[in-house]
Amino acid sequence: MIIYGVAALAACHLAGVILGDLLGAVLGVQSNVGGVGFAMLILVVLTDWMRRTGRLPKLTEQGVLFWSAMYIPIVVAMAAKQNVVAALAGGPVAIIAGVGATVVCVAMVPVIAGIGGREAPLPPLMPQEA
Amino acid sequence: MEEIVGLIEKNGLVFAFVVVGVVMWVSYQLSDRLSAGRVHGSAVAIILGLVLAWIGGRVTGGSSGLADMPLFAGIGIMGGSMLRDLAIVSTAYGVDMREIRKAGTAGVLSLIMGIVLSFVVGAVVAASFGYTDAVSMATIGGGAATYIVGPVTGTALGASSDVIALSVAAGLLKAVLVMIGTPFVAPVIGLNNPKSAMAYGGLMGTTSGVAGGLAATDKRLVPYGAMTATFYTGLGCLMGPSVIYLVLLQLTGG
Repeated sequence: MIIYGVAALAACHLAGVILGDLLGAVLGVQSNVGGVGFAMLILVVLTDWMRRTGRLPKLTEQGVLFWSAMYIPIVVAMAAKQNVVAALAGGPVAIIAGVGATVVCVAMVPVIAGIGGREAPLPPLMPQEA
Repeated sequence: MEEIVGLIEKNGLVFAFVVVGVVMWVSYQLSDRLSAGRVHGSAVAIILGLVLAWIGGRVTGGSSGLADMPLFAGIGIMGGSMLRDLAIVSTAYGVDMREIRKAGTAGVLSLIMGIVLSFVVGAVVAASFGYTDAVSMATIGGGAATYIVGPVTGTALGASSDVIALSVAAGLLKAVLVMIGTPFVAPVIGLNNPKSAMAYGGLMGTTSGVAGGLAATDKRLVPYGAMTATFYTGLGCLMGPSVIYLVLLQLTGG
């Protein structure tokens, strides 16, 4: 059933967020540390185990894939609720700090990605696959 | 008419699906017709979303963009952190664990570099505008990391509210820039494989920025970038009021 996939995804999400909150509390930070990242790792391990043990039929898989396909629309909704007015109204300090940090960090991507050898690009995407 | 509006407000999330569906359709049309597909449809959609957010913010004076208009409140649910994080987690389905392990060192390094560099840039800019005390420098530096690290650092250190507001603005601007700019810088910085996506997530750190930017570049890169970015804000909140503040205190002779 599709709900099994959705439920597995949701359970991984919650488990990860709880872990991230615990880690934040242990470190004494007022923030979640890596909750979504942990959730992703749990999902990868869990679905891999389900697949190997035959507990992941096509329909169950659809429950996860639906949310994956909704990702871009959800991100568009997220963009539509950003505080863009405040982002543009910060004055020169905020603008230079924000732009400066972005540019400097972008410039570092090839340096960091080059550590331990550069990777080959992914094969080109079929149009409309997204 | 009023009844229809009331009905739509009651079905906010459902209406949001319609609105976003229309935005996506318009964006893919624009992408095809005006750029012959060179600018990805999802990149156009995200820019359109930000424009709607700007209009919403202008009209209502609120802080949640379009979602502050009662008619579009459902956008706030659909684009809120709950569904966003659920969708991000779902993109990890089918991720290759070997890729993550292979890029582990680069991922950890990118996090540390990303946080430290953002604080350095923010603190230098702050100092050059006359905010020369360690508390303000750390707070604006935190804002240059993300719009959460700034206020968390500022609150922990007792920064003034105008400095905290500046840090939030810097962080918001970074998120918006990353969302819009990623597809355009991707070819220049080799952002086309899982490893560089992990480095990118760790260096940029803003979850919303990275989530939007990578979606507009190549959806297959999203889980790798999101994986590292999700550690960034927490680590930033850890380092800002502690290590980084202490170093700044030494440097400013406080």
